[in-house]
Amino acid sequence: MSPDTPPLDPIFGRLTLDAIPYQEPILVVTFAVVALAGIFAVGALTYFRLWGYLWREWITSVDHKRIGIMYIVLAIIMLVRGFADAIMMRLQQAIAFNGSEGYLPAHHYDQIFTAHGVIMIFFVATPLIVGVMNFVIPLQIGARDVSFPYLNNLGFWLTAVAAILVNVSLFVGEFSQGGWVGEPPLTGAEASPGVGVDYYLWALQISGLGTIIGGINLLATIIKMRAPGLTFMKLPIFCWTSLCVNALIVLSFPFLTIAVTLLTLDRLFGTHFFTADFGGNPMAYVNLVWIWGHPEVYILILPALGVYSEVAAVFSGKRLFGYTSMVYATVSITVIGFVVWLHHFFTMGSGASVNGFFGLMTALIAIPTGVKVYNWLFTMYRGRVRFEVPMMWTISFMLTFLLGGLTGVLCSIPAADFQLHNSLFLVGHFHNVAIGAIVFAMMAAIDYWFPKAFGFRLEPFWGKLSVWFWTVGFFVAFLPIYVAGLSGVTRRTRVFDDPSEQNLQILFVIAAIGAFIALLGVVFFLVQLFVSIRNREALRDTTGDPWNARTLEWSTSSPPPEYNFAFTPVVHDVDAWADMKARGYSRPSEGFKPIHMPRNTATGIVASVLLLIFSFAVIWYMWLVAGVSFALLLLVLIGHTFNYNRSFHIPADVVARTESERTRLLAQQG
Amino acid sequence: MKPHRIIALLPLVAILSACNAVVLHPSGDVAVQQRDLLLYATELMAIVIVPVAFLTILFAWHYRHTNTKARYEPEWHHSTKLEVVIWGVPVIIIIFLGMATWTTAHTLDPYRQITRIAPDQLVPPGTKPLQIEVVALDWKWLFIYPEQGIATVNDVAAPVNQPIEFRLTSSRVQNALSIPALAGQVYAMPGMETELHAVINEPGDYRGYSSRFSGAGFSKMHFTFHGKSAADFDKWVADAKATGTTLDSATYLQLAVPSEGEPVHRYANVDPELYKTILDRCVGQSPNMCLSTMRANDLKKGNGLCRPNVASN
Repeated sequence: MSPDTPPLDPIFGRLTLDAIPYQEPILVVTFAVVALAGIFAVGALTYFRLWGYLWREWITSVDHKRIGIMYIVLAIIMLVRGFADAIMMRLQQAIAFNGSEGYLPAHHYDQIFTAHGVIMIFFVATPLIVGVMNFVIPLQIGARDVSFPYLNNLGFWLTAVAAILVNVSLFVGEFSQGGWVGEPPLTGAEASPGVGVDYYLWALQISGLGTIIGGINLLATIIKMRAPGLTFMKLPIFCWTSLCVNALIVLSFPFLTIAVTLLTLDRLFGTHFFTADFGGNPMAYVNLVWIWGHPEVYILILPALGVYSEVAAVFSGKRLFGYTSMVYATVSITVIGFVVWLHHFFTMGSGASVNGFFGLMTALIAIPTGVKVYNWLFTMYRGRVRFEVPMMWTISFMLTFLLGGLTGVLCSIPAADFQLHNSLFLVGHFHNVAIGAIVFAMMAAIDYWFPKAFGFRLEPFWGKLSVWFWTVGFFVAFLPIYVAGLSGVTRRTRVFDDPSEQNLQILFVIAAIGAFIALLGVVFFLVQLFVSIRNREALRDTTGDPWNARTLEWSTSSPPPEYNFAFTPVVHDVDAWADMKARGYSRPSEGFKPIHMPRNTATGIVASVLLLIFSFAVIWYMWLVAGVSFALLLLVLIGHTFNYNRSFHIPADVVARTESERTRLLAQQG
Repeated sequence: MKPHRIIALLPLVAILSACNAVVLHPSGDVAVQQRDLLLYATELMAIVIVPVAFLTILFAWHYRHTNTKARYEPEWHHSTKLEVVIWGVPVIIIIFLGMATWTTAHTLDPYRQITRIAPDQLVPPGTKPLQIEVVALDWKWLFIYPEQGIATVNDVAAPVNQPIEFRLTSSRVQNALSIPALAGQVYAMPGMETELHAVINEPGDYRGYSSRFSGAGFSKMHFTFHGKSAADFDKWVADAKATGTTLDSATYLQLAVPSEGEPVHRYANVDPELYKTILDRCVGQSPNMCLSTMRANDLKKGNGLCRPNVASN
């Protein structure tokens, strides 16, 4: 800070009333809608006296199933926000031709594309993946909870407050305008002096912390808490992909933490890690962030591929083809995924051999990926394919992913990438994979495991509509984007004022139409949830195994009891539940013992909210508030270590009652 | 293919033929080779992708639940022969693709002086490439011709069939110089110098722009690249000379102030040291120490730790 700036307000720092964007009508309307929805939600919770229930059963819960569901709810809410950003960008690009500036000034548009990327990666895709892993893994490995239930709760709340921080920036101050990976010097103190980049950095820092904590937890859970007999080569493929993903998280997220921390130091304290002057080097940030960023791509896609493997086997009524191949393919993707990061910046001017090496490594990763596609293909071969909603997502993915794989390989050839890099072709490619592989997988996962989570299936009609509208919407939106890329349009363009590119407007109009078709896909998914909740009695699943599935989670009731398994199952084969069914397994009806379970804790949410206050205070230079909240945070965390009352036993008679109720329900099925 | 997919593809075909996508119809030899590489890789991948797409639809349809006539083998999950094919086919394709990847990473390396002007025409021995120094400013492009002694803003030209050597840097944030018709793109970064070698084969006006987001004025940071006959190029240089203006450190610092949609303008004379001082980050009375001075100091002061190649005496 230069010496002639006025002294900061001791309480509010640099936060003044000017930070509230009340002169921007779009934001004022958004705020009004959000505020109304918030008031309505608070009112409803109060009217129906649900606060106590919410606090006891959800907010402070350490039950992995509840936490998984909360992650997914957070992701769906943020998907709506991220999709709204997408629609706004598509509209801006569709109209900003022939001298029109469009309806978004640069200051707003640049925040939107940054927020869109940040939200979709950190607060939609990641929480969806982590949520599904959280819900499914302990059930699939026959465990009663995760290794570290309190950390699980803390990890969720860290992610949630980071999402809140991003949304606060919408109404107080601004968000970063530096793109979703926030590369300096553009995001340095000199080029971006405002609070936008600070919001961005703290949101990433906090959610990254949450993800690392979650990663350590799930890694330990898969390694240490598998049921007896469940050796690694009998692990369901989804657990294998999750195991690799959590190893990737633990190894790669610290790079993001480092990059973000150093950039924060640059901005707050005037260090010169990533400045162009005084010996700093912005290229170091680009490398660090992509050493995290590329494994992150596989962190998101591997569980998606795991979901497809589960779904393809169940709905083909067959064992997965080439289980061993699938495991080796997954592990090789994990390992090679760490040596391809430079393909995100072939054009930064590395030497030919460096580019060539990273190009080769990227080509190499196409082999195990291709193998996986073949394996799903031959899982359908000589099967009995049921076109339930999860399987429709899978088939749609298999076709969409072929195009995404092709364009990905094209971008991975350094010499070709000198044309494709940062063009809309690249944007087409990663949306091809992000939507066609990750979103579709998560939609399939929600449809597939919903009955397990809530005890009733989702109405298939609206689900199938959602599949069709997402699929067609994707192609209508992104095929023109690919073409625009080949016509030399670069990403993040706000206005097309170059006379020679006026003939391209039709592409962006078609893309905007596609975005609205895909939006209907989201709407139909929400309608599907609504309709299914209303018709839940008709859709009720009393068997616990509505899909005739193959893995252990389907051996429990829907929803499973708090303790998942009254007796820890013993595994003899891949697809343990299919094996148990084939051998005429019968449920034990007596001999129940008290079950040792972790106790709820409020530390997760209290600590996370304190961290939220601390980061908000640092962003606005409110040093007094920052100091107090940080001291309180330390107190809470240290205080929690003195809490020895962390577990309890579910009495044997409660277990017996729950299990006999289930026996009665099953008997009614006949 | 599902009927909806075909409907979705129709506009694509129409658009592709209508728009003459520049990456697929370039005018410079480097870009032509990049295009050929793209098509080669697409064809290689099609060997796998087309049959897999076909089989996906075929299997999903033939083995549908209601088709009880189809063979059903719920326990069939392994076949060594099939596994060999499944791993073997991608491996073979990637070997071919890998060879192309590695070779072209070198032959089309932007730092490499080009050796051919067109597929059947080598660069005549002794040809000196045209030097163009490029500075990405907020938010416009400065092109300096050290041999001609002129400079231009948002306008750049080169004679056809003469090799060009761009040297790039940036004033403040990172950008990328991108001319798809010529050779694609390379980053321009403050305090760093990158290079791009290329040649334009057909006279014409081509779109150039920044392809690395650089802030508020990014969208309007475009320029025209002119491929000109030798005579037209000389005339273009003479036109710049006729403006009589000079670009020195003082006018550069004025020019470097952020602005959007900057019109084309030219300078008849350029301070020959200007580009070097921009790269060194100490133009004019800059309070910053020149990067080269700082590096030299670091080498001297490093207590032996930072002086790997300095002989001690």
